[in-house]
Formats: sequence, structure tokens, C-alpha cells
Amino acid sequence: MTTANKEVNELIKREYEHGFVTDIEVDTFEPGLNEDVITRLSEIKKEPQFMLEWRLKAYRRWLEMEEPDWAHLGYERVDYNSISYYSAPKRKEDMPQSLDDVDPELLKTYEKLGIPLHEHAKLAGVAVDAVFDSVSVATTFKEPLAKAGVIFCSISEAVRDYPELVQKYLGTVVPHTDNFFAGLNAAVFSDGTFVYVPKGVRCPMELSTYFRINAANTGQFERTLIIADEGSYVSYLEGCTAPMRDENQLHAAVVELIALDDAEIKYSTVQNWYPGDENGKGGIYNFVTKRAACIGKNSKVSWTQVETGSAITWKYPSCILRGEGSVGEFYSVALTHNYQQADTGTKMIHLGKNTTSTIISKGISAGKSSNVYRGLVKFGPRADGARNFTECDSLLIGDQCGAHTFPYIESLNKSAIVEHEATTSKVSDEQMFLCRQRGIDMERAVSMIVNGFCKDVFKELPMEFAVEAGKLLEVSLEGSVG
Amino acid sequence: MLSIKNLHASVEGKEILKGINLEIKAGEVHAIMGPNGSGKSTLAQVLAGNDAFEVTSGSVTMHGEDLLEKATEERARDGVFLAFQYPVEIPGVSNLQFMRTSVNAMRHHRGESEMNAAEFMKLAREISKQVDLDPAFLKRGVNEGFSGGEKKRNEIMQALMLQPKLAILDETDSGLDIDALKVVSDGVNALRAEDRAILMVTHYQRLLDHIVPDFVHVLAEGKIVKSGGRELALELEERGYAWLGIKDDETAASSALSNSAN
Repeated sequence: MTTANKEVNELIKREYEHGFVTDIEVDTFEPGLNEDVITRLSEIKKEPQFMLEWRLKAYRRWLEMEEPDWAHLGYERVDYNSISYYSAPKRKEDMPQSLDDVDPELLKTYEKLGIPLHEHAKLAGVAVDAVFDSVSVATTFKEPLAKAGVIFCSISEAVRDYPELVQKYLGTVVPHTDNFFAGLNAAVFSDGTFVYVPKGVRCPMELSTYFRINAANTGQFERTLIIADEGSYVSYLEGCTAPMRDENQLHAAVVELIALDDAEIKYSTVQNWYPGDENGKGGIYNFVTKRAACIGKNSKVSWTQVETGSAITWKYPSCILRGEGSVGEFYSVALTHNYQQADTGTKMIHLGKNTTSTIISKGISAGKSSNVYRGLVKFGPRADGARNFTECDSLLIGDQCGAHTFPYIESLNKSAIVEHEATTSKVSDEQMFLCRQRGIDMERAVSMIVNGFCKDVFKELPMEFAVEAGKLLEVSLEGSVG
Repeated sequence: MLSIKNLHASVEGKEILKGINLEIKAGEVHAIMGPNGSGKSTLAQVLAGNDAFEVTSGSVTMHGEDLLEKATEERARDGVFLAFQYPVEIPGVSNLQFMRTSVNAMRHHRGESEMNAAEFMKLAREISKQVDLDPAFLKRGVNEGFSGGEKKRNEIMQALMLQPKLAILDETDSGLDIDALKVVSDGVNALRAEDRAILMVTHYQRLLDHIVPDFVHVLAEGKIVKSGGRELALELEERGYAWLGIKDDETAASSALSNSAN
């Protein structure tokens, strides 16, 4: 290894900023998973009978499923009976409360994370649903949104208050039979966000959910459902952090998006779960199923993700392009370092005529990490005139990391057009020397080069998040210097 | 200002510089000439602090301070500038962003406040005109898709932006047509100042028609074998390196080339 690369590797030993633990009284289930646990979970959430039945059905099916091992990942299997499936801060009542009733410790926690929930300090123009371990603790801007007809609440509330919508759409995009983790999630999902944007409504502000794992030995099973009715538009952001713990923790989420005729959903993620320490100890297992159904004509779903955290990420935000002329987009930056592993990408399933999709993936590997792009572009027999463009670029920092690209293309339609470009490059010694010769220190140089590499993805993020994502990469690449 | 004493340097264990001695005073322009493989570019890289080269013995001081113990970026902030022979691309990072980061790093080092975007843009536009680059190029990625001539002009532009104490120009004339050579030379001449030294590394004499040096040194096999004034370069052009007992297959071709360019 050259001297410059050695120094670059020193630099990327980063500190995790959000590793603190909130000391708060909680109600936590004993570790273990069985039908009683699921029934209790459903009772605590005061769910209607259909929900409990749905969960139990999923659980029984899950028992017969096997954990997948096809991903380019190596990890110790989770003992599903050793983790707790519910942990929530104690509160006086179970029903949603005003912010005055929320434990000040919790408010402080979110403030520390840069997500003020207080009325006077709320993020301008961004409504937040704050999910802490297994429950949503607060949702801001609910009233102005309700005036526009937009439903923005925790999924637990939605199950109680809008059962017909939930029953109509939940599990239609990601059925419980889809995969092992989706099955588990369907059985034990705790909280997440529900959004419904009615016909013709352009959601007046950005919606967001901030997920925080706090308790030890628990899993977080987030479930998010977003429905954009005909001609509507919504932009949704999601952020995530967790304390530094030596044990691995499981985050098995399911996100379903449904876009009807002419509707558009823009879904952005900045994922910064605890990645484990520099020796690969601890960190979150982020096993996530995210999928969108573009049911309607000319509907559009755009996934943008910046993945910097987690010990292991296993995630393929996908689009089923059923509606004629529907559009799917996937823009991704995945940064791995130390011993992190990421196996991420997308699936674009073209079923309808003239459907189009774009995939731009930027993988950055540093340290001893492994970064995999895995993508599927599929054209069904009726997908006349469908097109896909894919670009996968990998950037290597140092020479002990790996980048792999597994693009799969299946076409059952002769008129489909697919373009694929892939590059692998390194932060070269020459680039570093040029920057340093111009007086720019190494840390700044690496961050500048990496940010340049990610530019095409960052420009897809909403403004506030683009800035945050840039900073996050900087922090992620930050080392002992400066 | 710059004092190089018995400098030895090697790359991957192979010795390239075998005892360079050179004194450069502020205000002077020195040209280092020599055949390919003589160590000209190595000298430039070693002075700028490229880690790929190892200094095995000797010393270099600038303004009395040990230059070799300083990191690359510290040397740059002290006023050492290298115009690269082959500037690399940094995709996605705009020229503007790159130069502003650079200028502000220097200003920060001098205890000056950072230049804001508007001030910087004004300065950058002026100087881009000076080297005949369309201001639109400021928004393009650093050296991304630049022609050879644009890359060289971009290097000179950066020298003009940064106003270094010691400007080292590594084969700045190579690959330039006669018009671009004129633009680049005008830029370099604009850099000439009483408190600044310029060290030009070149294979061809033709650059020295435009930028007239005070001293010319001939480098061969890692050593300076002859020093003189402007006339030494002319003599080399006429008689080739063989006159000094130096092997150079390209000399004949290169003098023919520079003659035709003139």
C-alpha cells in the first residue's frame, strides 16, 4: 500500500456521533417469540381483530421459512428467541398525546439528534413522526396536514383509525410470504409511519420519520405504508440512528409505497444506524424490504438513499411498474468502511407498456468493508416500449476493501431497451497529491472527491437533506485529524 | 530563497536524482533542461512533496526552513506551487469548488478570512480570461474532459489565483500548439515578480523563446552537468545534447519540431 493510501485509511476511522443511550423507563417484553407474544403486542396496540389474525397468519407461515443466504454477506445468525419484540417508553396512556405529555428525556434525545419536536423549534417545512424503539412518540404538523386532507400518523394509529385503508393496502406490495424478514416483520411489526395523500393533493410539506433504536436486545420492526391517490404528490424522508452497543441488533423493516394514476412519491432515506466499531463488533443488522407499486397510469416513484450506517445492510428498494407509462427511479449512495457489509440495489419490474426506469448507484468502500450492488431489471411480456438505464459506479478507498456488481437482466419482451454502464475507480494517489499540492488537507480532499463522486445522487435529495447527506459523508470519512 | 544541496532521491528503490545542487533567488527564472529520463520531473515532484519519491540524502531549504520535513500541503501553503505535466481529473468536483477550497485553505493558513462565493467568482472570471478559458469551464469537473491545452491553461490559472512564492512548471509547454503556448507563456510572464521564483522544467527550447530565463541548467542522469545563461539553451538547440556527451534519441526530433513550430 502506498503511503498516501495508508494515511487515507487512517483518516476514515470515524467516530459515530449518535451513539448515546437515553436513560428512560420502559415497558419491555421478555425476550422470545411465540403466538402469545404476538397477541400481547396486538392487545397493547389496541388493534382490531383483523390485524391480530393477519399477524398470526404471517407468523405461522414464517415458522416454515428459511433465512436466506444468497446475499454476498457473512454474519452470525440471529437467535430470534433471544431478542425482545416490544420496548416502549412508559407513558400514562396508550393513546397519542400532545407534546406536553411526552417525556422530556425523549424530547432531549431528538433535540440531540438534530430533530427538534417542540412546536417553537420544529423543522421548518418538514413534518416529523418520531419513532423510538417500538412506538411512535410524537408526530408534528398533523393539523395543517389534515386541513389539506393528508393523513400523516403512526401506523399503529392508522390501524385503529383508518382500518379500511390499512386493510385495503397493507401487504399488497410486500406480502408476508415475500421473504423471511418480511414475514417476520408482518408478524411482529411495532411501529412506523402511515401516509395517505388524497386525490389531486400536492402534500404541502415534506413528511419524515425519524427512527431511533435505544433499548438493548430488542429488534425494531418498522412498517411504513404510503398511499398516493390519483394525481397527488408527496415527498417523504426517513432518518435512522442507534446507540453504540457491542451486540448486533436487528432492524427488519417493510416499506410499501402505492402510487395510483398520475401520482408521484419521492422517498428519500438517510440511513445512519450504528455501524459497529473499528473491529467489526456490534452494529445494526439492517434487513429491509422496500417496494413500490406504480399501479396507476403515468405514476412515478423515486427512491433516493444515502446509506452510511449499519454493520450489515440488505436492502433493495424496488418498483413494480404496472401502470402504463409509469416511471421508477433509484438513486443510491452506499458508503462502507471498517468491517461494514452492504448488499444493496434495486429491482425494476416492468410490466406495463412504455414504462421507464433509471438506476444510478454509487458505492464507496473503505477499510476492510464490502460493498455490493445487486440489481434486477425485468421486462414482462406486455412491457412494450419499456426502457431502463443503469449506471453503477464503485469507488475504492485503500486496497483492502471490495466492491462487487451483480446486475441481472431478464427480458420477456423484444421491444424493451436496456442500457448498462459500470465503472470502478479509486481515490488515486495522484488525485490526493493534486489536492494537497493545492494546500487542501487530506481529510478535506477525500471528502471533496467522494462528494464529487456522489453528486448525481445528492442532487436528487430534497435541499435540506442534500446538505445533511454531504455532512454525513464528511463525518463518516472523518478521522482522528481535525 | 531556495537552496538545494546534494539532493538524492529514488522511486521504488531506483535512484533518479544523484546529487542536485541548485540555488534560486527571489525574482529569478530558472530553466531545467535535459533529455527524457534525466530526472527533471522527479526534481519537480520531490520539491512539491510527492510521497511516491523517497529522498535518500541531501537537503532543500526555502527561506531558510527545511522544506523536506514538511508535508505536501504545508509546502503548498508556504508558497510552493507545481503546475502538473499531466493534471488528473476529479470527476464531479467543479473547478470552482476545487479552486475556492484551495484558495481558502491558503488564506486560512495566513490567518485571513475566507473569500465568499461572490468575491471568489469575480476573481476567477478575471483570471480565466487572462488564460483565455471560457468562464463556463469553471463549472466543469476538475480537468474532466479537458483537452491537453485546457489542462495546461487551467494549471497556469491556478498559479495566478494562488500567487505562489515558488512556481514549478513541469513541461507546461508539452502538447500545446503555438497559440496556446503564447497564452500560457503570457500567463507565466505575468507571474514574474521580485518576490517570486520560477522553476521551469522543459525538454524543448521553444518555451524559452516566450519565457526568457535568467539561468539554464542541463540535467543528465540525475545531475546538473552544465549551467549557464539564456545562450546555453540556444546552443543546445543548435548542437543537441550530444554536444555535452549526453545521449538523447529525441534531441534531433525535438529541435526539428521546435524549429518548425517557430
